[in-house]
Amino acid sequence: MTKLLVKGGRVIDPANGIDEVIDLLVTDGIIAAVDKNIKAAAEVIDAAGLIVCPGLVDIHTHLREPGYEYKEDIASGTRAAAAGGFTTICCMPNTKPVIDNGATASFVRERARKSGVVNVYPVGAITQQQEGKRLAPIAELIAAGCVAVSDDGQAVMSSEVMKNALEYAKMWGLPVLSHCEDKNLSHNGQMNEGYYSILYGLKGIPAVAEDIMVSRDILLAELTGAHVHICHVSTRGAVELIRRAKKKGIHVTCEVAPHHLTLTDEIVGTYDTDTKVNPPLRTGNDIEALIAALSDGTIDCIATDHAPHNIESKDCEYNLAAYGISGLETAVAVCMDWLFHTGKVNINQLIKLLTIQPAEVLRLNRGTLDIGAEADITIINPETKKQVVPNRFYSKGTNTPYKGMMLKGWPYMTIVKGRIVARDGIIL
Amino acid sequence: MNFERRKDLLGLKDLGREEIDLILNTAEPMKDILKRDMKKAPALRGKAMVTVFYEASTRTRTSFEIAGKYLSADTVNLAVSTSSVQKGESLRDTIKTIEVMGFDLMVIRHSMSGTPHYLARNTKMSIINAGDGANEHPTQALLDLYTIREKKGTLEGLKVAIVGDILHSRVARSNIYGLTKFGCEIRVVGPSTLIPPEVEKMGVKSYYSLDKALDGVDVVNVLRLQKERQETALFPSMEEYANLYMIGREGLKRAKEDVLVLHPGPMNRGVEISSEIADGSQSLINEQVTNGVAIRMALLFLMMGGARDDEVAS
Repeated sequence: MTKLLVKGGRVIDPANGIDEVIDLLVTDGIIAAVDKNIKAAAEVIDAAGLIVCPGLVDIHTHLREPGYEYKEDIASGTRAAAAGGFTTICCMPNTKPVIDNGATASFVRERARKSGVVNVYPVGAITQQQEGKRLAPIAELIAAGCVAVSDDGQAVMSSEVMKNALEYAKMWGLPVLSHCEDKNLSHNGQMNEGYYSILYGLKGIPAVAEDIMVSRDILLAELTGAHVHICHVSTRGAVELIRRAKKKGIHVTCEVAPHHLTLTDEIVGTYDTDTKVNPPLRTGNDIEALIAALSDGTIDCIATDHAPHNIESKDCEYNLAAYGISGLETAVAVCMDWLFHTGKVNINQLIKLLTIQPAEVLRLNRGTLDIGAEADITIINPETKKQVVPNRFYSKGTNTPYKGMMLKGWPYMTIVKGRIVARDGIIL
Repeated sequence: MNFERRKDLLGLKDLGREEIDLILNTAEPMKDILKRDMKKAPALRGKAMVTVFYEASTRTRTSFEIAGKYLSADTVNLAVSTSSVQKGESLRDTIKTIEVMGFDLMVIRHSMSGTPHYLARNTKMSIINAGDGANEHPTQALLDLYTIREKKGTLEGLKVAIVGDILHSRVARSNIYGLTKFGCEIRVVGPSTLIPPEVEKMGVKSYYSLDKALDGVDVVNVLRLQKERQETALFPSMEEYANLYMIGREGLKRAKEDVLVLHPGPMNRGVEISSEIADGSQSLINEQVTNGVAIRMALLFLMMGGARDDEVAS
């Protein structure tokens, strides 16, 4: 019997309403006890002054394998996740081949078992080849372990196809994740449309390109009764639409990425391609609305949209650069520094948004410290100050606009099924 | 004032008024060289520059080349269509290759905004932006400022109308950055699809009516209608555009009597400007081209020569 005793930390487990300085005992990879002054012959982790919470869950990552192993693979991506405090991640289907069939989904799960260090759930495609035309074999994808479907990176432009997808997925209560972007409005866009796109002479992506599709998908969710989950919400308009839909009882959930909560389109002015991301960095006004929505229940979870790229995809002209930010290894620090330490979001709410709520969105049996649950635990040191150094990332993608920034509040330890996988950002 | 410490000229956005003054003042003796019989000064002997144009250009490229030659620099033009770019070489590698041949300065034009900024970060050479996408065209704006100042004696307090496609125009942006630094009243005018509302935050007033915009102005800067950028339906037709916004004799009557008309070229006669005005007495279009050479000589001198303005044209 291997035992791990996490002693004297501030245990925050929103699902069980726990927030107190208390001990936590793990036996054989299972949470055995959460109690005061546990005494046991075990490896002791002194967690005094630290936050002990359920392992973080990221429902939106790109692991790039199979097909784009030069950008990331399951080994490097899951290590990046562990170093960043995540114990469970869901990977998007825009690989090569696309995860639009059971075999590819099984391959991803198999690779994750062999080379991965955290729990990996694949997300299948909504349509074959993510072309937005014919439905992917959703039953086959579910059988192979997919927990949702998404054409992420591509919007399903045809309303008819989206309606059919929702009706079909509803048979299993399967969440349909929607990348909301009206391509007719956004095509060739490089950054948020507004004052700064005029200033910098770059083609804009208007906020309304997102809002129109959010609006459409809410209406389709209402019509079909299916569960639509809106990916990477970035605009005030989208937040308001979702808030109204939730009030009306429509089954819609949504996520937001750390960069959309913290960075504005103004920083594109250096033409640093690490600022290029889709949806684009928006305005301070949007950020205000997003942060308010974190606390009032409109936004269900924080998800990284971890999008690693090779250097060649970013070291080029701004227009030619790939969209995306490598986010797994900075997400916690960005949220702690920008949201917690500034008093914008309280720690309980933040932990909720990173654990139980994302798990609930995709109906994963994760994100709690229930007795008897698999011992996925993240320990955060809210006081650690560290600089973001992309060259030290486990991810192959060093593309981050946070490079060089000094941030406060970092993951201290990541425990997956009772095993310590990362300590102080180092994979063990 | 130490403009010579500035490695690159990427835009007027980041130039101070004193720096602009220095460039304009330096261009004056340069223009004298141009008018001489013996158009050669030794100021840049032993310096090498290269022009790299990823977009078509007649006047800007020729202007930079001859400006360099008048000052005795060795100038080379990289013909993009016959270069390794066609073999798929990355921009960064192309630029490194040029750098290690020993060039001191590169003039670059590119269809994508921010490309000169990207290059400037990745090379020891000085970079002059000769137009990047819809972002900036600083030397065009400098020659516009020079031309206006030469005729009016000052830039201070002038009313300037910029007419046309503000959304896609790098000439407009650089002119706005430059003119606002001299306290000019700037009016931009064109169809609402080409004048984004946020443009007023740049310190200009926007108009949809040409008549109102031209009322009492000292200068009209007419932008070229960039047919190649009108891929989507931003206005119905060239005819409708011309009916509403072409600068012709009638419309110009609302401006001051001694109004100056500028156009960066090449012109679409009968679309944004009538031939009568383009060839008329108020037009400074040819003057602009001549001044463009002087401005570019001044810049090359300041960036490669490293001498002070009192040593110019010795």
